[in-house]
Amino acid sequence: MLNPRTVTYRAAVLEALFGEMRLDDSVIMLGEDIGAAGGVFKQTEGLFAQFGAERVIDTPISESGAFGIAVGAAMTGQRPIFEVMFGDFITLIMDQLVNQAAKIAYMSAGQFRVPLVVRTAVGVGGNLGPQHSQSLHAWLTHIPGLKVVMPSTPADAKGLMAAAIRDDGPVVYFEDRMLYNLRDTVPEGDYVVPIGSAEVKRTGRDVTVIATGRMVHTALAAAELMAKDDISVEVVDPRSLVPLDIDTLVASVKKTSRAVVVDGGYRQYGVTGEIAATVAEYAFDWLDAPVIRIGGADVPIPFSKTLEPLVLPDAQRIAREIAALVRGQR
Amino acid sequence: MTSKAIDRRTGLSIFDRMLMMRHFEESVIQLYKQGRFVSHYHIYIGQEATGGTVLEALGEKDLICTTHRNHGHIIGRGCDPNKAMAEILGRETGFNGGRGGTLHISDASRGFLSTSAIVGGCAGLATGAAFGLKVKREPNVAVGFFGDGSLEEGLVIESFNIAALWKLPVVYVCENNSAGAMGPQQGGYPTAITATDSFTRLPAAYGIHCLKVDGTDIGAVHAAATEAIKRCRAGNGPVFIEAFTMRWPGSSPLWPELATVTDLNQAWDASLIVGPNADWVQHHDPLLRAARELVAAGHASRDELMARDKDARSRVAAAANFAIESPMPAPATVTNHVFA
Repeated sequence: MLNPRTVTYRAAVLEALFGEMRLDDSVIMLGEDIGAAGGVFKQTEGLFAQFGAERVIDTPISESGAFGIAVGAAMTGQRPIFEVMFGDFITLIMDQLVNQAAKIAYMSAGQFRVPLVVRTAVGVGGNLGPQHSQSLHAWLTHIPGLKVVMPSTPADAKGLMAAAIRDDGPVVYFEDRMLYNLRDTVPEGDYVVPIGSAEVKRTGRDVTVIATGRMVHTALAAAELMAKDDISVEVVDPRSLVPLDIDTLVASVKKTSRAVVVDGGYRQYGVTGEIAATVAEYAFDWLDAPVIRIGGADVPIPFSKTLEPLVLPDAQRIAREIAALVRGQR
Repeated sequence: MTSKAIDRRTGLSIFDRMLMMRHFEESVIQLYKQGRFVSHYHIYIGQEATGGTVLEALGEKDLICTTHRNHGHIIGRGCDPNKAMAEILGRETGFNGGRGGTLHISDASRGFLSTSAIVGGCAGLATGAAFGLKVKREPNVAVGFFGDGSLEEGLVIESFNIAALWKLPVVYVCENNSAGAMGPQQGGYPTAITATDSFTRLPAAYGIHCLKVDGTDIGAVHAAATEAIKRCRAGNGPVFIEAFTMRWPGSSPLWPELATVTDLNQAWDASLIVGPNADWVQHHDPLLRAARELVAAGHASRDELMARDKDARSRVAAAANFAIESPMPAPATVTNHVFA
């Protein structure tokens, strides 16, 4: 048997970008410093050399104006991938994302489509401070017409990027920059993960932890801690926030009868609340305990090394919540 | 009088567009008053010489984005008035299947990409459409119509920079209708809401070729639009046209009140002009001005123009009937097209 090939998360996304741009001339990239510079996280490295300035396009620091270019180009036959350098800056394209891109297919009764991908790096870590560390994915999940994906592994990162580019509508793709160097097995060649499909990342019988993005790895670490206490934890990754694969999440909760939802974004009015409510609606009769939400602290992400780690859930905290839940203390 | 500068065929084609635009909106106001639809809408009456003439100068494959004052541009482009009226009345047969209404009419078959109800949004989309054309190496242009208020939005200024930087084939048509408008801009141009003393200074700062025209003069608008489109097709980058218009005073209230339906005879018989908007009708109505100029230039007789007027009225009446008789969208379709 051959050794399975492993690549980094960053390289896996790049594989999808190279693959899709080779397959389809209408796939173009727009963003700040993505061309010859190769991206501030080296996340577009090599694309400029391969496809040139006409398809890997550096824009001025005008997110709003440049995103207008992407939407108009998408309406007229291109498949733009628009990069927002930091997830925090998505606020700068919000009007056109929410009021134009998300609604054009609906408003025009299908006369026009907006096949574009908004790609942005999120995540706490790196001491970048309150305006460069946020995970604002919950904002986009609120808007009908937008699909929202959040891959946690290199393979999912590759497969969901390919799916996002091939989708005929706007897809917002959140990648956690703290995962860029994560290395794991990734299928070679053409590989697509369907948007709207969750995956069980670890099977277990006592409790389901539904975790998103980087929190999947934190949840897996918590599951390892619990295994020492003979508590069996199932970890489910929705992978797509919109559309949400309710069937897979609910099937797991019906099996374990307990659910914890973990997300790295702010907790208030966030992804954890939506998923917890959904699980409670569909699996109420199977639940032995309340559904627990664990999110980022409702605090601007602080800069200092001693403060920053406090706002993000860690494995110990998730393990404590799981233990309390399983022991009937919640 | 500059309409002599355009030939008979072009002049009459512009006039036909203007007639349809005018009577269509008169019908919209009447249908609203009859309670045929509920909404908030914006009236283009008084600006037809600008839109009708720019649209005359465009080719079949050129692309158009507009702003909330859109009825004139849709009808002037030659989009099916039946489907436009049906959309305004929220019918299944409308361009957008009743999902857009007056504020979002679009028509893919005529290259009419979008009506954006977000002020200035059309500038971003038109610039993006122009980028799409350039990527595909198609010799067509994109036009973005907007009012002077759009120049208060940051997106428009960002779009100017990118269009100039990348030499995109986009014509920005700024219909300056501030004169006579309500609100702080009362008193005309320059307005009280912008610090510049001339709107063309904004795009000009990015090296965009700028033209200022009397937007009620079809000859002047046609010359400017033709020059702008030619420059774009030649790859010389964007052009900004500022057209000074004097919109119909009756469009100022939130709910326009139509005192009288336009009577073309007023073009040559001032004694027929009465009522609260008499001054505007006599001195600023671009439709009557165009009629007078076409007759004076020997391009058409009064009777010929009256026959065209009658034809436009009957087409609009048919559109209104089509819309009224069309079914409302089926409830089961409400979720269609949320995702492409």
